[in-house]
This record gives sequence, structure tokens and C-alpha cells, in this order.
Amino acid sequence: MKLLKKTLAATAIVALGIAGISALGGVTKAADKFKAAFVYVGPVTDGGWNAGHYEGQLAVEKTFGDKVQTVKVENVPESADSERVMTQLAQQGANIIFATSFGYMDPAVKVSKNFPKVYFEHCCGYKTTPNMSVYNIRFYESRTVQGTLAGMITKSNIIGYIASFPIPEVVMGIDSFALAMRKVNPKATIKVVWVNTWYDPGKEADAAKALMDQGADVIAQHTDSPAAVQAAEARGVWSFGEASDMSKFGPTHCVTSEVDDWSVFYVARTKAAMDGTWKTESTWWGLDKGALIIPDVNKSLPADVQAAGAKVREDVRSGKRLPFAGPIKDQSGKVILAEGQSLTDEQIGGINYYVEGVEGEVPK
Amino acid sequence: MIFHDVIHELTAILVTTVFASTPMLYAALGELVTEKSGVLNLGIEGMMLVGAIVGFAVTTLTGSAIFGVAAAALAGAAVSSVFAVLTLLLLANQVACGLALTIFGTGLSALIGRSYIGKPLARIPQLHIPQLTDIPLIGPLIFGQDALVYLSVAMAVAVYWFLNRTRSGLILRSVGENHDAAHALGYSVVGIRFLAVLFGGAMSGIGGSYLSLAYTPLWSEGMTAGRGWIALACVTFSTWRAGRVLLGAYLFGFFTIAQLHAQAFGVPIAPEFLSMTPYIATIVVLVLISRKASLVRMHAPACLGQVFNAG
Repeated sequence: MKLLKKTLAATAIVALGIAGISALGGVTKAADKFKAAFVYVGPVTDGGWNAGHYEGQLAVEKTFGDKVQTVKVENVPESADSERVMTQLAQQGANIIFATSFGYMDPAVKVSKNFPKVYFEHCCGYKTTPNMSVYNIRFYESRTVQGTLAGMITKSNIIGYIASFPIPEVVMGIDSFALAMRKVNPKATIKVVWVNTWYDPGKEADAAKALMDQGADVIAQHTDSPAAVQAAEARGVWSFGEASDMSKFGPTHCVTSEVDDWSVFYVARTKAAMDGTWKTESTWWGLDKGALIIPDVNKSLPADVQAAGAKVREDVRSGKRLPFAGPIKDQSGKVILAEGQSLTDEQIGGINYYVEGVEGEVPK
Repeated sequence: MIFHDVIHELTAILVTTVFASTPMLYAALGELVTEKSGVLNLGIEGMMLVGAIVGFAVTTLTGSAIFGVAAAALAGAAVSSVFAVLTLLLLANQVACGLALTIFGTGLSALIGRSYIGKPLARIPQLHIPQLTDIPLIGPLIFGQDALVYLSVAMAVAVYWFLNRTRSGLILRSVGENHDAAHALGYSVVGIRFLAVLFGGAMSGIGGSYLSLAYTPLWSEGMTAGRGWIALACVTFSTWRAGRVLLGAYLFGFFTIAQLHAQAFGVPIAPEFLSMTPYIATIVVLVLISRKASLVRMHAPACLGQVFNAG
């Protein structure tokens, strides 16, 4: 009896574990066609980062129909686990593998060397091999639009900015925002709160509340959940959505959102791989290629603000306006880049300082 | 003027502290009762997530937050009953089952929640009594909360009263202290523990629903973001006493909120360090309390985590 009980218990635990794990992630099987595989760091239903990439995967399916079979693996940790997953995908006959998170960089480099005939595409990293490219979106372009709008909207001249981690990706967004904001409103300043997470709705809302309590009347964010937009809406404070259109969470006070569209890229690269024209590249697309979309400004704002949003968006898209064009001043007001010049992509990619208009220091 | 600013800032910090602490308070009170009966359930995070999605879904479908919270409590109790069957009837290891419950709850909530992602919901209403709520500091803090906050404090009092002032509470504690003796006296150890686990599950479910209905009225996967583990730490932090569970939960919330305000205020401390403060505070308090071994030993259930086999 005792043995039976123990066996039963053990079986139940295993079943429970398997049920949990299989609910977390699943691998879709595919037949012998051109195979495009996608590796995700979280669930594709997260309504944020992974959902955005998954839409790209669906676009590949839709564009190529029967010619391409797509495969996805969700919830792959950014560790040796990802190396195992990518190796497995390559062994199962994947022709191109999209590694959609920064932490897959070194594992992807390793696996790409072991499978020289498979194409690898890594999101947001900087290491390439003969069969591994990198790609990213120029998120900072949307901050030029946001900064302009925030500078026009604010009455308290305090902008609250919820930031995730002090890496160049996030710092360049803050700087791009500040440069545009100061152009239309030299008195406005940005207060930054670092939450040390990409995703914790509660903490993001708390940060928004803390910033509003200290006088911010516009909230920008570089985190993934709509919690901050929702918290701002509740208090009648303006906000910007991130990664997807968050206007549902702030119908009257979400100014606009930054929407990422990876599908243009995924379709283009899959096509290149199928045609045999694939080359190692470092792709950094933005508004110009439609990888970044900024919905129209909230209709509850005055017409001149709406028009300014549309104009800056168009100028950045056409290349008429460069987000990091001089003059750029450091926090003490000293000019560090003269008028007529602009930061190079490499310089932008390595930004680790604040410009004029941002309070505090970049955490070291 | 400066005084006015200080009051304003303090009110802001304390009011948001209450929001941040309430989910942990519910879960920790539930776990306290579970642990007092001698069962260690590490599945709080999973039960909270199930409560969060069920609460959100039922509120969305019925339009009533009362149904939502009730459903969250039932759902939390339902998943905890799986744990209870495994550990109490089939005598499986509590630590392993608790961890499995967390993984199971994470997956299950994600599965149920697939169609609820990106859907907004109105926050459950907060009390507003003209004049009373407008009193500086005390007004918003005492007369401006939502029903679930008041209920959480009432539950803390109720749990304290139950454990320390009632005969049933005494029996539950005796089961946690020495299950063989309690069994010899004719008490149903398994039955009492089963109920305690269900209560813990229900409370975790309500705590989870506070996240998805009041704190940030939305559903997103894994939205508890570790709060279940903090609730677990809270119980140990409190050395298994209801009053201190209340204090501990609010202290955790306070540190989380205060560090965000400090940053916005421009305090030049690394945010990574500030993010650590709630955990550092726990360790410090644990060390301080643990120095007096008698304090801990007197309240820790002696049979915590042990399998009871009536033979």
C-alpha cells in the first residue's frame, strides 16, 4: 500500500511537471521544405517583445505559403540551453534560425560555426560569423517624436522616464528623447527611474506613480508592460506606449506608442536565404523601412501638437532630420558635438552618457 | 511650504506602499496558516498567478469584481488541493510538490490567459468620503483605499485571533507542533492540514487577483514577478506571527516604493543597490531576530514540512 502510494505520488508529480512545462512551450513540427526557425526568450503571447517577433514569424508563413515551414521554440533561457535548442533545430534541418534575444549571442556564434550551411540571424547583438548576421530596429527614432511631443505637452516641465537597464540601447533612447525635447522646450527636464527589469507590471506602475508624485506630467517608458500607461491614464497624465500600440490602456492620455514591426525584416531575410543571396550583414532598420511604426498622435491633443508629431515622424523617416544631429550638449551645457555634424551609427551604439536636459547620472 | 511638500511626498509613498504590499499580505497570511499546521507550500507564486487570471477573466465576463475575487479564491484553493492530495494523502515530498505547483500554476495561468492579453479593465473602486478622505496624510491612507485593502487588514486580525484566541486555532497549531500527539488525541491531522492548505490557496488566489484587478488592472503572463516568493520570506521574517506578517508585508512594500521615489528625487545611489534594499532588510531583520533562538523556536511549527503517516 505504501509503495503504491509513493508510486502514485511520484507519477502525479512527474505528470504535473510535464503538464506545466508543455504548457510553457512547444515545438511545432515541420515537413521537408525550406525551414525557418524562431527561438524566443519568453512566451509568444506576452503581448510585448516576443509577441512582436512572433508576428514576424506569422508574416513569413503568410508571405511564402507552402514554400516555407516555420518552427518556433518558446521560453528558451539565455544560457547553454539556447545552444542545445539551436543545435537541435539545425540538426532537424532548419535552413535559417532567428535568435530573437540579446543573450543568445555567444551560443548562436558557437552553433553557427558548427553548422556552416545554416543561416543564423541574431537580434540586437554585435557579433557576426560568415553565416551569422545581426539585426535590430532603430528604436531611438521614435524617441525623437516622443521628445518633441513631450516638450510641447508638458506644463510642469518635468518628464518621467521609466528605464529598464543602463545599457546603450536604453541610454540612446533617453538621449534622443532629451535632444528633441530641448529643441522645442529648453526648460523641460527628464527624471529617470531605473526599475532593473524589462517586465514587472507592478513595479512599472509604481515607478510611474513615483514620478507623477514628484511632478512629472508626461511619462515615457522603456519597459514592456502597459502598466505605466494605465497608471498615467488613471491620473490624467500623458504617457507613451512601448513595443506595441498601448492606446487601449490609455484611451484619452496615451499620446502615441512605439510599435515594432519585425515582419519586414523576417520576410526579406528569409527570401534572401531561399534565393541564395543571403550575406552576412548588420541590419539596423527604422521608420524608413517600416520596421518602426508610430501611430498618429491622440486626437484629444491640440491640432498643432498632432501636426508636429506627424511632421517629425515624416522628417525622421525621410532622413531630413537626424535624431543625433549636432549641436549636442552634455549635462553641464558644454557642446560635445558641433552643429552640422551627427553621431555615427557606431557612436550611437556605444552611448553611455546623458545629454543636457536629463537629471542624474547613468548608473555605473 | 517645505512641510507641505514633505507631507505630500510622504502621503504619496505611503499610499502606494499599501497597494504594493496588499498582494503579499494576503499570500503571506494564507501561508502562515498553512505553515502553522505543519505544511510547507512553496507553490504560492503559482497559486497567485492562477488567482490573478481567474479573477481577471471572471470579472471581465461577469462585470463584477466581487465574483472575480470569489472565483480567484476558489481557483487558488482548487490548485492547492492538488498539492494537498499529493502531500497529505499520497505522502509526497512537500518541497518538490510545492515547486511543481509553482511551475504548474505558471503554465496553467498562461494557458487560461491566452485570450485575455492586452485587454484593459476598470480598476476596482476606491473609497472616497468627502472631507474625511481629504485630510492630509491620514485621509487617503485610512479612508481612501479599496475594499480588498480593508479586507486584507481584517484578515490579518482574523488570522491572529483565530490562531491565538480560538480553540480551533490551538488545535491547528498543535497539529503543526506535534502531529503524532495530536493524532493520539483523536484529531484528524490530515483533515486539518487539508483545510489549512485550502485556506492558503484561497488567500494566495485573492492576493493574485489584487494584482490583476486593482494594482495593475490587466493580465500578463508571470505578472506576480516573484511576489509569491517574497510572501514566503515574509512568513519566516515574521517568525510565524500574524502581527509581524502584516508589518513585514508593509515593510517590503515600503522599501520597494521608497527606492523608486529616491531615484526620482535624484538620490545618487545605484538603482541596483536600491532594488536590493527590500531583500537586505529581510536578511538584517532575520539576523537580528535569529540571534535570540528562543524567539524563533517558540513560534516555528516543529513539524513543518514533515510527512505525517498514520500507518
